[in-house]
Amino acid sequence: MAQEKRQLITMKGTKDGLTLFIDDSCSFNQALQELKYKMNESKPTTTEPVVAVRVKLGSRYLREEQISELRQIITNENRFTIHSIESDVVLREEARQWQANSEIKAVNRIVRSGQVLHVTGDLLLIGDVNPGGKVMATGNIYIMGNLRGIAHAGVDGDTRAFIAASYMNPSQLRIAHYISRAPDYESDGVYMECGLVDEEQDKIIIDRLQVLPQKRKEINRFERRMQNG
Amino acid sequence: MGEAIVITSGKGGVGKTTTTANIGTALALMEKKVCLIDTDIGLRNLDVVMGLENRIIYDIVDVIEERCKLKQALIKDKRFDYLTLLPAAQTSDKSSVTTDGMKRIISELKQEYDYILIDCPAGIEQGFQNAIAGADKAIVITTPEKSSVRDADRIIGLLEKEEVVEPPRLIINRIRNHMMKNGDMLDIDDVLQILSIDLIGIVIDDDEVIKASNKGEPVAFKPSSKASIAYRNIARRILGETVPLQSLDTNKGMMQKVKEFFGIRA
Repeated sequence: MAQEKRQLITMKGTKDGLTLFIDDSCSFNQALQELKYKMNESKPTTTEPVVAVRVKLGSRYLREEQISELRQIITNENRFTIHSIESDVVLREEARQWQANSEIKAVNRIVRSGQVLHVTGDLLLIGDVNPGGKVMATGNIYIMGNLRGIAHAGVDGDTRAFIAASYMNPSQLRIAHYISRAPDYESDGVYMECGLVDEEQDKIIIDRLQVLPQKRKEINRFERRMQNG
Repeated sequence: MGEAIVITSGKGGVGKTTTTANIGTALALMEKKVCLIDTDIGLRNLDVVMGLENRIIYDIVDVIEERCKLKQALIKDKRFDYLTLLPAAQTSDKSSVTTDGMKRIISELKQEYDYILIDCPAGIEQGFQNAIAGADKAIVITTPEKSSVRDADRIIGLLEKEEVVEPPRLIINRIRNHMMKNGDMLDIDDVLQILSIDLIGIVIDDDEVIKASNKGEPVAFKPSSKASIAYRNIARRILGETVPLQSLDTNKGMMQKVKEFFGIRA
């Protein structure tokens, strides 16, 4: 009896909208039932403004299909949009992926012509990338050595990623879907510079390493991808 | 127990065969027992450069397919006893050569010879794999040209993956001094900076090399030519001696020096 009295669904209004807490000790079906009931109870009229809802699941993990079920109940016939669904629990698999994506992988070798070095997360290469060689990373690329080949940062589409090298004379720089190539004339490389996407010009630019603290503040934050994720 | 050294470059025409012939000759002149193996099946050249073409009866494919004994296929050099050649086949199907077959031949030769030099075909296909299969060491040849350096880099990458015991060493071939000075050619430091492996020798582009190889007599026999000295130095470095790099400056006459002093171009 005591259980029935306890509120499984709690709603709180904040200045950003509505926060919906779902109790994490009951079964999912129970929670859904109560949610349906509550939603029906508070059926708004179409004239009311749309309200953003944050759903907090506590220590409950939901599978994809459960999430879509939840989504349907909340948004169906209601003036609600779901802002986020947050859970304190992540799958081991996801956690590993997060970790891999936020780690810096140190590699000590020369990437020679025809070789490809691909890492998840940031790449710290201690050695050269020779012409015809290629390094790829889902995050940033730091090269302590000569970059003469191709470097591709943010392979999975992260346009905030950048490429830094002690000596920069690449044949191509790629960041996410951006590609820039070296000029057709022979050119000397530059020392201690970095390549990053300039949002205003919508292309890759090469600049001194000193601009990074302003343009890419997030690199100083250790868990930046955890927060983005 | 001998040592097998593969001589390779990736790109064709940079001088693998000439280098193999000359280093082999130079080592033999220092009284080491040397066997040269040509692994460029279908495009054999080493026998021509050595002037031993007419003496071929059996070749490496015959040995692998057990049509003859290894000893029967070996050709003794006409000039002296320390040098022998195992020629490549010119007609047979090259698919019969396998890495296992090569390893077997080389380990057998190692019992008898001090140095086994393997002349590698151009490219990175099966022929290359066969050539490096039994090798303990590798020498990579490049010329001071971008395309050749690029291919050498690729080859070094492949060699590093193989179980060739020691990291490969580099020969820069066909150096033209005046072009390097003008900056029309990559200079030695440029090449070394990209490839970052140890240099074992440099060889100047020398007309004598072409003359000699057309005669079927490796230039290393001629003690006076610049290229010959370079090959002999490389052979000495293979033996473990420390030999300083050859100076690139050609001997200039007095007049030339005076002209240069006044900044007059010859």
